[in-house]
Amino acid sequence: MVEGKSLGSKMFRVFNYTFLILLAVMCLIPLIHILAVSLSSNVAASAGIVKLWPKDFTLKSYEFVLSKGEFLLSLWVTVKRVVLGTALSMFLSILIAYPLSKSGRELKFRTGYAWYFVFTILFSGGLIPWYMTIRSTGLLDSIWALIIPGAVPVFNVILLLNFYRGLPKELEEAAFVDGASHWKTLWRIYVPLSMPSIATIGLFTVVGHWNAWFDGLILMNSQDNYPLSSYLQTVIVQASLTNMSAEQLKNLATVSDRTVKAAQIFVGALPILAFYPFLQKYFVKGMVMGGVKE
Amino acid sequence: MLKKNYKKQLPLHLMLVPGIILVFIYSYIPMVGSIMAFQKYIPSKGLFHSKWVGLKNFHYLFDMPDFYQVLWNTVFIAVLKIIFGLIVPIAVAILLNEIGKTLVKRWIQTLIYLPHFLSWVILGGVLIDILSPSNGLVNQFLGLFSIKPIFFLGDNNWFPFTIILSDIWKEFGFSTIVYLAALTTINPSLYEAAVIDGANRWKQTWSITLPGILPVIILMATLSLGNVLNAGFDQIFNLYSPLVYESGDILDTLIYRVGLIDAQYGVATALGLFKSLISFALVSISYWLAYKIADYRIF
Repeated sequence: MVEGKSLGSKMFRVFNYTFLILLAVMCLIPLIHILAVSLSSNVAASAGIVKLWPKDFTLKSYEFVLSKGEFLLSLWVTVKRVVLGTALSMFLSILIAYPLSKSGRELKFRTGYAWYFVFTILFSGGLIPWYMTIRSTGLLDSIWALIIPGAVPVFNVILLLNFYRGLPKELEEAAFVDGASHWKTLWRIYVPLSMPSIATIGLFTVVGHWNAWFDGLILMNSQDNYPLSSYLQTVIVQASLTNMSAEQLKNLATVSDRTVKAAQIFVGALPILAFYPFLQKYFVKGMVMGGVKE
Repeated sequence: MLKKNYKKQLPLHLMLVPGIILVFIYSYIPMVGSIMAFQKYIPSKGLFHSKWVGLKNFHYLFDMPDFYQVLWNTVFIAVLKIIFGLIVPIAVAILLNEIGKTLVKRWIQTLIYLPHFLSWVILGGVLIDILSPSNGLVNQFLGLFSIKPIFFLGDNNWFPFTIILSDIWKEFGFSTIVYLAALTTINPSLYEAAVIDGANRWKQTWSITLPGILPVIILMATLSLGNVLNAGFDQIFNLYSPLVYESGDILDTLIYRVGLIDAQYGVATALGLFKSLISFALVSISYWLAYKIADYRIF
């Protein structure tokens, strides 16, 4: 937009900057507050005098959290699910998107296949039949329950197949002339050229696995098998809201474990915060890529 | 020729096999499993030996006094989320666009995208702490203006709005991305011409900026139609309590409690099927409209 030099225009700019900066600060303040509480002494936190800077600085809460066996156990489950789950679902996405990116002439039933996958976005069997299916395939209480049922991320497949389609046809034609198979063409030509898109959906998947909590909560009977997010759900949220009287709920923030909860919240958010600069770059790219198709 | 073609295509078909099998087991079998909505389902008997009860589960459901309240809560929360989830990001994107490409803009973007990436478990924990009526940050702040502490998560008058507002807070930044991308496609010479014609900033916004991103706005509005029954399970599950069932219990949380806590599998599946069918119709209509209006294709 063209900058005006009038008084009104200047006033608008002052207002605009102030408003947007306030908005941005509002997104950060709650997290800073939680960090400050987690680094404060119990007494200060219970008294409600901690605002955005720690009072009576201490790392006790973190020491306590990191020394808990359940915490470390669930962190290990999460590491496993992130690594295995991301590897499997990336492999499948790359593999499925390739044939679907072909035209109907190159692959018979192409449209039928595509609808077979897309239909699962439109309609689902619902929570209970889904749970029963996983139960009858014997995955309950196994790490695979957190990986296999969601291993085909249809949205990512669509994102990737649209990217594949944008690649120049001449490259694969040249590869075929040289006698390369589909398999080779996919891994030697398509995958290296699609790295921006693959990185984007890879990060989608990692964040998704890190954040997922509900599947762990219902598919794991034993708490020992909970991933970190499910474990945090039980110690931060459930412990706060379930089976509490109105009076207890009102006094929630005064209970003595407030700093411990804050530390757990912060540890749960930390990997996301640490990877956030990369995330932002790729997510923005990916969103724009997914939205602007030819 | 035909044989050669087949031989060339075979690897492509084979590549789809693992995906087809997994999707069949974990997406299509549960769809078939929805028929337990018409059964008195007992896990040990399985889908084939449980007793058929016809529409009994649905009758039970529609006779439940809570059902209509829950349906209303769901639609109320979801529709308000959709409306403000459209307006707020559009407004913020337009305001951000006014700043130009500066370091400040990049910093603002970085900060407002952030909450999107955190789960509702984390943000639920954050909100429970800062919204506490006794010494949460928000009520302390309101106290500065002599406002009495508000029990945001425990008061039925406040709960739905707390849910809507906190959801907007989490997602508005990330939702600006689509509109910011659309804004960059507007031809700058249009603005220059408008200035020569004496159009002020407000006029420019109305007659150039908004029409310029209108196709994207229409597309996003259309696609959001499919969410009318999605009030946000993750968020509500992590913020609600029996105190606010009256205003905050939604279809998904009810399905969870009836099915997995009370183990009334048939009734919960009936409720799930009710939701799935309506959502299916809504999503289909929204995609069809998006295709007709904006030439949007899923694949």
